[in-house]
Amino acid sequence: MNITKTVNGSTLNVALEGRLDTVTAPDLEQALKGSLDSADALVLDFAKLDYISSAGLRVLLSAHKTMSKKSGMKVVNVNEIVKEVFDVTGFVDILDIE
Amino acid sequence: MKELTVRATVGNIPQVTAFIDALLEDAGCSMKAQMQIDVAIDELFGNIAHYAYPGGAGDAAVRFSLDEAARTATITFIDSGVPFNPLAQDEPDVTLSADKRTVGGLGIYLVRKTMDRVDYQRRDGMNILTITKTI
Repeated sequence: MNITKTVNGSTLNVALEGRLDTVTAPDLEQALKGSLDSADALVLDFAKLDYISSAGLRVLLSAHKTMSKKSGMKVVNVNEIVKEVFDVTGFVDILDIE
Repeated sequence: MKELTVRATVGNIPQVTAFIDALLEDAGCSMKAQMQIDVAIDELFGNIAHYAYPGGAGDAAVRFSLDEAARTATITFIDSGVPFNPLAQDEPDVTLSADKRTVGGLGIYLVRKTMDRVDYQRRDGMNILTITKTI
């Protein structure tokens, strides 16, 4: 999985490409660690993300909790497979999905 | 039937996924079903890698068979680790707020919701978990 971070003012944009799964979830966790301290808002761009498994959900939940104390976290450009995972697991009610 | 046996490690998940993806592509599987199956592999093989052989290492076999008439793929995960029936877990509460949420049990729940069938058997000292999906 490729992770591209872009800072836009106080907003951190993180674009993911590939698969967010058991193997790659620790990479995202590491990429967010430290970066979230200086960000007021987080946007996760899933335009090039193929799919997400529960290992990825764990990282999203943790980031969501951290950012909910600030201006929040948004997930954008979610494909059908990822949307289904969010629907089935109830994450659709937790996350701000565009 | 095709079979792959590898060490049950997280690092081998991509190899198992590539093995199954090639067979699914040959079978003309839809991209959606393939990705749902890939997620199921991540959850199920990942479970084996994490829990089957506490304090040690062992192998896991992944078998693939295709029912061309029914257009279904059946994938079986076999390990000889500690007995573990993931289907016996309580279903997670998917309506809890973020503060109360954990992701424990969410992986197998997702597999049950996206596959047509999930079966578990303990036989001859082996955990045998089978998923079936219309491709």
